[in-house]
Amino acid sequence: MTPRLELRNITKSYPGIVANDDISMSIMPGEIHAVLGENGAGKSTLMKIIYGAAQADSGEIWCDGKPIEAHNPASSRALGIEMVYQHFALFESVTVVENIALSVSSTFDLDTLARQITELSNRYGMPIDPHRRVHDLSVGERQRVEIVRCLLQAPKLLILDEPTSVLTPQAVVKLFETLRQLAAEGCSIVYISHKLDEVQELCDSATVLRNGKVTGTAKPKESTSLELARMMVGSKLPEMHVSASVPSDKPVLAVRGLSAPARDKYGVELKNVSFEVRGGEIVGLAGVSGNGQAELIALLSGERTHSNALAVHIGGKAAAHLNASERRKLGMAFVPEERLGRGAVPPHALWENAVLTANRHGGLVRHGMVDRTKATGFARGIIERFKVKANGPQASAQSLSGGNLQKFIVGREIALQPKLFLVAQPTWGVDVGAAAFIRQTIVDLSRAGAAVLVVSEELDELFEICDRLLVICQGQVSPPLIRTNTNREEIGLLMTRVDRGNGTNGRGEVAVQD
Amino acid sequence: MRIAAPVIATILTLFVGSLMFAGLGYDPATTLQAFFITPVNSINGLSELLLKASPLILIACGLAVGFRANVWNIGAEGQLVIGAIAACGVGLFYPNPESPILLPLMFLAGAAAGMAWAAIPAFLRARMNTNEILVTLMLTYIATLFLSWLVHGPWRDPAGFNYPQTALLPAAAMFEPFDYAYRINGSVFITVAAVVLMWLFTDRSFLGYKMKVSGAAPLAARYAGFRESSAVWTGLLAGGAAAGIAGMAEVAGPLGQLSPQISPGYGFAAIIVAFIGRLNAFGIVLGGLLMSLLFLGGEAVQMNLGLSSSLTRIFQGILLFFLLAADFFIFYRLRRIPEHA
Repeated sequence: MTPRLELRNITKSYPGIVANDDISMSIMPGEIHAVLGENGAGKSTLMKIIYGAAQADSGEIWCDGKPIEAHNPASSRALGIEMVYQHFALFESVTVVENIALSVSSTFDLDTLARQITELSNRYGMPIDPHRRVHDLSVGERQRVEIVRCLLQAPKLLILDEPTSVLTPQAVVKLFETLRQLAAEGCSIVYISHKLDEVQELCDSATVLRNGKVTGTAKPKESTSLELARMMVGSKLPEMHVSASVPSDKPVLAVRGLSAPARDKYGVELKNVSFEVRGGEIVGLAGVSGNGQAELIALLSGERTHSNALAVHIGGKAAAHLNASERRKLGMAFVPEERLGRGAVPPHALWENAVLTANRHGGLVRHGMVDRTKATGFARGIIERFKVKANGPQASAQSLSGGNLQKFIVGREIALQPKLFLVAQPTWGVDVGAAAFIRQTIVDLSRAGAAVLVVSEELDELFEICDRLLVICQGQVSPPLIRTNTNREEIGLLMTRVDRGNGTNGRGEVAVQD
Repeated sequence: MRIAAPVIATILTLFVGSLMFAGLGYDPATTLQAFFITPVNSINGLSELLLKASPLILIACGLAVGFRANVWNIGAEGQLVIGAIAACGVGLFYPNPESPILLPLMFLAGAAAGMAWAAIPAFLRARMNTNEILVTLMLTYIATLFLSWLVHGPWRDPAGFNYPQTALLPAAAMFEPFDYAYRINGSVFITVAAVVLMWLFTDRSFLGYKMKVSGAAPLAARYAGFRESSAVWTGLLAGGAAAGIAGMAEVAGPLGQLSPQISPGYGFAAIIVAFIGRLNAFGIVLGGLLMSLLFLGGEAVQMNLGLSSSLTRIFQGILLFFLLAADFFIFYRLRRIPEHA
C-alpha cells in the first residue's frame, strides 16, 4: 500500500540551530501516528514543513505516492492535509460560523454552514454553537472550532497539536472515538503529544524526536511508558517531590459570597462563590473550560474589579475593588492562561516583559525610570533558572515557542516571591521535563509558605500537586475536596454536574451552556 | 529595510513626480530643483525651514506620546489655537508690558490652555468612554470659531482699521529673533527640549513603558494593572501641552498678534509627521523637516514657476503616499490566494 504521507531525510536549519536533522517517517492511510518529543525537539517545525507553512532545506515529502514540490498551507489543504495548531488562528471579534466561512472559500452561505457545523460537531461529540463570538469562548471551546473547521474539509490527513490538554477525561474519550472513527474512514492522523498514556491508548505507531533527530520509532500499544519517555527525554526522568502541606492558620486568599453577572450573554454568571486558600497549601480548581473559570480568575487577579470590596480578601485585606497592580502590592502574582497578549506583550523583548509585572521588584524601576541593565539582568536570571530557550533577554516574546514563553512567565511571577500565587493552565503545551520542573517549583513555592491556586483542565496535574480540590461548574464552585479522599470519577461527575441533574443532560461531554 | 523605506519612497516620488510635471509641460529638473533645492539654498530659506519644522516637530512629539498608547488626539490644531489665544491674552493684558516674566507667563498660559482643552476629551473618554477622535476634532472647530469671534469682536485692535486682528504684542512678549534679517527665533530650543523629553519619556520612563504596553497589548496592560485612564490622560495632556506651546510660540514669534488664521494646519500635519517618524523622537525630527520642506517647496513652485496650488498638493500627497506604502510593504506583502484553497 502507498503511504498517505512519507517524509524522506527532511532537514531544516534556522540560524544557530538545526530544528530538523535528517528526519524520515511514513504514515499509512487510516493510521494514527504519534509524534512525541519535548519542546524544542523539532515537532512544530516538522509539522509546519508537512503543512507547508515552512519549507525544508533538503529532503522530500511524498503524498499518496507523489512528491510534493514547494507547497504552502493552501496547496496542502487542496491535498487534504489539515492542521489544528496549538495556538489557534481565529478572529476573535466574529462568530464561529464566520470564522469557519473565512477558511472555507467555497461557500459564504452562513445558514447552511451553521447547520453543517452543528451537525458535524454533534456527530463527533463536541457540540459548539456556531453563532457565538470567538472572544467569548474558552481555550477548550476554541479548539473545538479549529477541529470542526478541519473536519468540514473532509481531510485525508489531520494534524493535531496537543489536542487533549483542555478536555475532561470524558471528552478525551469522546475525542478518541471521533479520531478512531475518522481513521476507520481512511483519514490519517498525526497526533502530537507528550501524554504517553494517551498515545499508548490511541496511536498505532509513534516517531520520537529529540533535539531535531529521530531517536526511535515504536508501537505505543506494545511499549511501556518508561521506554517511550526514555526516548523522549534521554535517560534522566524528572521526579516530583511533594512533601506534606502545613497550612497557615489564616487564609491568604478568602473568597466570600462572590457573585458576578456574566459580562455578556455568552459569559458565565458566578453564583455565590466561597472558598479559602491558606499559606503553604495548593488548591486546585477543576472544571470544563467555559464554566466560569475565566470570570473567576479575572475577579481574583484584579483584571476585573468588584464593587463589594469584601468579596475577595488577600492577606486579610478587602481587595475585590482593587486593580491588578494594587493586588500585586498585597503579594499576589498571577500566570494567565493566555501567554501572548495577556501574560506578555508579543513584540516586546523579554527584558521589557520582565518589567510588566516585576516593576516593583529589585529596583527595576527607580524614580519613575526603567533601569534597563537591571531589567535585562532580571530577565537573564529567569531565562537561566527556568532554562528558557531564547536568544537572550533581547528576544521578543513572540519569537519564543509557547512552552518556553510559559516558562518565562511562570519564572517571572515566581521570582516575585508571591504570598499568593494564582496560576491558570501552568503547563499547557509545555513538555514533560519542563512541566515537571514548573510543577515542582509551584510545590516548592507553596511549601515555603505561599498560598497557591491552580486553575487547570488537566486532572492529572491537579491530582499530582494539589492538597485540596475545588470543582467549578456553571459558575458555581463545589465545597473543597481533600485530594487524598477523592478520585477522578468523583471530580469528573462534579465537573459535569450529573449528580445534580440541573440543566445539563447526562452525557459526558457537556460544555456549551445553552 | 526600515531605513531603506524613505529612500525607496523618495526615489519613487521623484520618478512619478517627474512624469507628472513632464506630462503637464513643466521641465521636471527645474521643477524639482525649485521644489527641493531653491527653498533651502539660502540662510533665509533654512531659517524658514526651521521656523515651520519647529511647531510640527513639537506637536508631533506630544501627539506621539498618546498615539503609542492608542490614544488618538487629532485635535492638536484646536489645542494650538487655544494655546495661542491664552498666550496672546496674557501678552496683551498683563499690567506691566515690559516685565521680563511676561514671556515665561505666556509659555505657561499656552501650555495650560492647550492641556485644559485636551482635558475635555480626556475626561470624557476616561469617565464616559466617549470617542476621543470625534471629541478632539469637534473641539477644534469650536476653538477656531472662538478665535474668529475674539478677533472680530472683543479683542479686535481699535487702531487696526477694522481688520480682524488683535493689537501687536509688546516687545517683551515676543521671542527675539537671532538676527532681525530672519524670522527664526529662540523658540526652536523649546522644540529641541521637547524632542529630548519625549525620547526620555517614551524610551526610558516607566510611565512611557506603561503607555507602550497599553498600545501594544491592552489585555497585558490590564493584566499588569496599568490604568487605562492614566494612559488616556497622559496621552491627551502631552499632546495638548505641546500644541498649546506651539501656538504660543507662533503668536510670540512670527505672528506677533492673533488673526482668524494663525496656523497653516500645523496641528493636522503634525499627525502625519508623527507617523512618518514612526512615533519615535529622532524619526519625528526628520519627518518634521521633510514636511516643512514640502510646505516651503510648494509655495516656492507656486511663486517661481506658477504651478497651481492643487498641483503642489498632489505632489506632496504622492510623497506621503509612497512613504507610507513603502513602510507598509516592508512588513507585509501581497500575494495571490488560490481560488479553491
